[in-house]
Amino acid sequence: MKYLLNVKNLNSEFVREIQAESKTRILHCYQCGKCSAGCPIANEMEYKPNQIIRMIQLGMEESVLKANTMWLCASCITCTVRCPREIDIAEIMDVLRRYAFKRGIFPAAVADIPVFNRIFLRNIKLFGRLYELGLIGFFNLLTGNPFKDVLLGPKMFFKGKINLIPERIKNASEIKDIFKRSAEIEHSD
Amino acid sequence: MKYAYYPGCSLHSTSREYDMSAKEVSTRLGIELIEAPDWVCCGATPAHVTMHVLSQALPVKSLINAKQTGADTMAVCCAACFSRLKIANYHVLNDPGKKAKINRAVGAEYNGEVAVKHLLEILAKDFGLENLKGKMTAKLDGLKVACYYGCLLVRPRKIMQFDDEENPTIMDAVVETTGAKTVDWPGKVECCGASFSITKTGVVLRLCRDILQLASDAGAECIAVACPLCQSNLDLRQPEVNKKYDKKFDMPVLYFTQILGLAMGIDWKKLGLDKHIVSPLKFLKGKNIIK
Amino acid sequence: MKIGVFVCHCGTNISAVIDVQKVVNDLAKMPGVFAMDYKFMCSDPGQNMIISEIKQKKLDAVIVAACSPCLHELTFRNTLIRGGLNPYMLEIANIREQDSWVHTDRDKATEKAVRLAKMAVAKAKRNQPLFPQEVSVEKSCLVIGGGIAGIQAAIDISSAGYQTVIVEKEPSIGGKMAMFDKTFPTLDCSACILTPKMVQASQSKKVKIYTYSEVEEIGGYVGNFNARIRVKARSVNMEKCTGCGICWQKCPVKVNSEFEQNLGPRKAVYVPFAQAVPNVPVIDCVNCTYYRSKRQNPESKGLCRICEKFCPAGAIEFDQKDKIIEEKFGAVIVATGFSAFDHKVYGEYGAGRYKDVVTALQFERLLNSSGPTQGKILRPSDSKEARTIVFVQCVGSRDESKGVPYCSRVCCMYTAKQALLLKEHIPDANAYVFYIDIRAAGKNYEEFIERVQDEYGVLYLRGRVSKIYRTGDGALLVRGADTLSGTQVEISADMVVLATGLVSNPETVKLGQMIGIPYDKNRFFTESHPKLAPAETQTAGVFICGACQFPKDIPDSVAQAGAAASKVLGLFSQEHLMLEPVLACVNQKICNGCFHCRAVCPYNAIDEEILKDKSVVARVIESKCHGCGNCISACPVSAVDLKGYTNEQILEQLQSLR
Repeated sequence: MKYLLNVKNLNSEFVREIQAESKTRILHCYQCGKCSAGCPIANEMEYKPNQIIRMIQLGMEESVLKANTMWLCASCITCTVRCPREIDIAEIMDVLRRYAFKRGIFPAAVADIPVFNRIFLRNIKLFGRLYELGLIGFFNLLTGNPFKDVLLGPKMFFKGKINLIPERIKNASEIKDIFKRSAEIEHSD
Repeated sequence: MKYAYYPGCSLHSTSREYDMSAKEVSTRLGIELIEAPDWVCCGATPAHVTMHVLSQALPVKSLINAKQTGADTMAVCCAACFSRLKIANYHVLNDPGKKAKINRAVGAEYNGEVAVKHLLEILAKDFGLENLKGKMTAKLDGLKVACYYGCLLVRPRKIMQFDDEENPTIMDAVVETTGAKTVDWPGKVECCGASFSITKTGVVLRLCRDILQLASDAGAECIAVACPLCQSNLDLRQPEVNKKYDKKFDMPVLYFTQILGLAMGIDWKKLGLDKHIVSPLKFLKGKNIIK
Repeated sequence: MKIGVFVCHCGTNISAVIDVQKVVNDLAKMPGVFAMDYKFMCSDPGQNMIISEIKQKKLDAVIVAACSPCLHELTFRNTLIRGGLNPYMLEIANIREQDSWVHTDRDKATEKAVRLAKMAVAKAKRNQPLFPQEVSVEKSCLVIGGGIAGIQAAIDISSAGYQTVIVEKEPSIGGKMAMFDKTFPTLDCSACILTPKMVQASQSKKVKIYTYSEVEEIGGYVGNFNARIRVKARSVNMEKCTGCGICWQKCPVKVNSEFEQNLGPRKAVYVPFAQAVPNVPVIDCVNCTYYRSKRQNPESKGLCRICEKFCPAGAIEFDQKDKIIEEKFGAVIVATGFSAFDHKVYGEYGAGRYKDVVTALQFERLLNSSGPTQGKILRPSDSKEARTIVFVQCVGSRDESKGVPYCSRVCCMYTAKQALLLKEHIPDANAYVFYIDIRAAGKNYEEFIERVQDEYGVLYLRGRVSKIYRTGDGALLVRGADTLSGTQVEISADMVVLATGLVSNPETVKLGQMIGIPYDKNRFFTESHPKLAPAETQTAGVFICGACQFPKDIPDSVAQAGAAASKVLGLFSQEHLMLEPVLACVNQKICNGCFHCRAVCPYNAIDEEILKDKSVVARVIESKCHGCGNCISACPVSAVDLKGYTNEQILEQLQSLR
């Protein structure tokens, strides 16, 4: 991999934006790798968390956003609490996901994760509360995997763990408004 | 003792037994849990990785609704909801810029006036461990429990202010009031993969295998949890873990409230002990804890 | 009053930005002022010019408008003396650092130079001749701390023929170096090179050693310090004891040895290690059966007393009391060393719960043939030989979250040394080192690291360790990363050695406040100049050396000890000292006796004085005053003034700006 480093990408908007949004000092990282050492999912990641931080420092926007790293982050926050430089790596991962979401960038290999997130949120927008059967069903359909976990379904149903019809809250329209206004505020930023 | 109560979506569906046992135990202890009217989903991980303002606005909406109960504190059982509610409160109280945006999104004025507490804190600190001990009728001596805290109860400590983030002990202390022994084990705050249960099941299976192995190596007979996500990953996925990794785990994963309920002599059906995938019934009968 | 103003060009340093001629012209217009300029005022011709003008024009005061007074105030004071003036009739207007170097606008910079010079004239008009006071020098040095730095400083000073007193809080001198197995990079046996120095110090007629002792109070000033030293009761008569060792062989009480880092036992009556100096034991009153029984029942005869029974010299004295010694010293060297970082804050490394996760100091003791395992590398939990050891660097160091922000400087080297020694002890052992950066900046250090990696095959992994835990089989699982290959690494180890960093001693703050040495945010003593005065402190006559100033290795500590000693010798080579006369003085007619001044004085220089009318007022002890000015700003009635910088002078300066 060859990366042309120049003043432009070193001072890119990308570094500054991620740093400002996450309110954490990305340039303070000295690459000890403790975040990657303790990450439960790092093994599956294309770039380890410390590498992503380095790539942000270098302004490698495209490579960072194309990587599966942030989408595989489980938000367990182990990295953040053990960072000796007090860098909030978990928050950086969140910021990157939101940054990508705003721009509609989803790496194909992990596209199912943002799909899941979208269905989940649509679910809440509709009912105010999560409708698990709808979530899982829709997700499996959309990801072309309609029979995934199909054996768990009946087991859970008979144990009274799955609602066939969604719970709804009374003022569902209020929730729709919250979604609308949140999106407006998000976009005006 | 009166608290607003936020069950969260899981406790109304996949983790009914947590809801049932929490309510049963609270009633026995004289702790009044009043469900926050029209509470909404906390947004969980999908919200905070997608839209920042929304991820704070949803919990704040429930906190505002909680005010109608008249209580100044909201009790939460689900660790994930607890985390989202606490983080929202933290931002409202510490970041005026964020607070303004959140209030604009919710369309109401909220100043962080409702405190958020996990049921474990309420039992250990508000109710008190000694008082709790006094309420136990059946001693669960001989039960060896691994208390599993997972991620979101303890991390990040700056916001959660819950317990030590590497070696928490609050659940151990609560469970030990029943006479059960808790084991000192290194898996307390490991991650189970949480919401990847559906999207990245393979990851969850690997992580759950590690946790089950650590608990079993430490000599635990069952795992106590305080989070429906942890419970369903460890319980629901246990047969798959056994199949994939050629293991023979038969490790019941119980909510700490169920263990407390058993020690208070509450009927096991009322505690939802029949709702687990890895059934604890045979094991509990063997231990003479249930008939 | 006739005042001469001498404006310097400083080559072009000043004249490139400031119109020197205009400054001269403007100043010369002031009544009673003579002004002139020169290319280099500090040069011999420049100074001679000032001298001849003082004499010809009969000047009463001199202004030099040039560089910062930090550089040449002393030079020009001497010029004034040579010209026959009191040196305190000099004022410096700093038109270089505070003007030409920081401004570009020629007109404005010139205007500023004129004003600075005029301010100096205004002040000089009120200058009074001041006379330094002369004090004698007590030619004896107090060395606090008997580690390698303190021992070296004491040897150097005593070799020059001056009396030295070492005060050490432990029962023996030797410090941390006595605990080490070998030293890097030469692999000298630490005790073999240290003990000759300990013996040399103890046998010198010019060195007095108080062990098991602490300095409780220090007063006075350079050349004349008074110290109160508490010599704690050892319960053993030092004159009678022969060090035969029967008492500690017979003593039935076993406790963990501090010297062995809790890895081995000692008795309640003990010498910390075999080569201790003095070779006289102490009785640990907390654990001794006799003292315990006496505490429970003061009337009883007391239990046990076995040591007393067996001592052939009759040296056991249970009723010994602490002794207070008061002595005068001309100089003080502080060499109190460091503490090892306490890794209990690292929950992810077990917070001290795992016995086989040891500190580097503990590992030194395991390596040492006179240590608790006779040099066998046995893990503490089950005394099994450890064949796979993981070394974790930067524990506490470079960690803003849980530890200290700085690099402890020695851990890279001692870790490499320990890994090498492990391989020497057990050639087929596996040694892994997790590091962030290898810092080996010292003579033959880099070469040493290379040897450890190449010849001894120690595997270096670049990354911090995230978690250590005990697995079912009793092994320790170390979860780390190697950022160079971008992989997570897990190692199942028999033992883990934490390279704990060096932190300041807990007593630093108390000691610093007592003696008047400032300390930094990490609580290390602050030298008076980071580059040019590394062994001096802001308090004249007080010097520092070794790791109490900042983490350092043995050669650096020894070098700094030598530096501190040479400063003391320079001081002792003078019969008398001249003390700066810029001191506070109290106008006792105005003083209302509130003593706010005493509360803010860092040097205890304010005393009470009872006047004839019985009123109590403040008085400045001139020998203690440093002229810092705290009292002046604290005084609510403006009764205190600083000679040479009186309120009146400062106000005149400000007036001249109008």
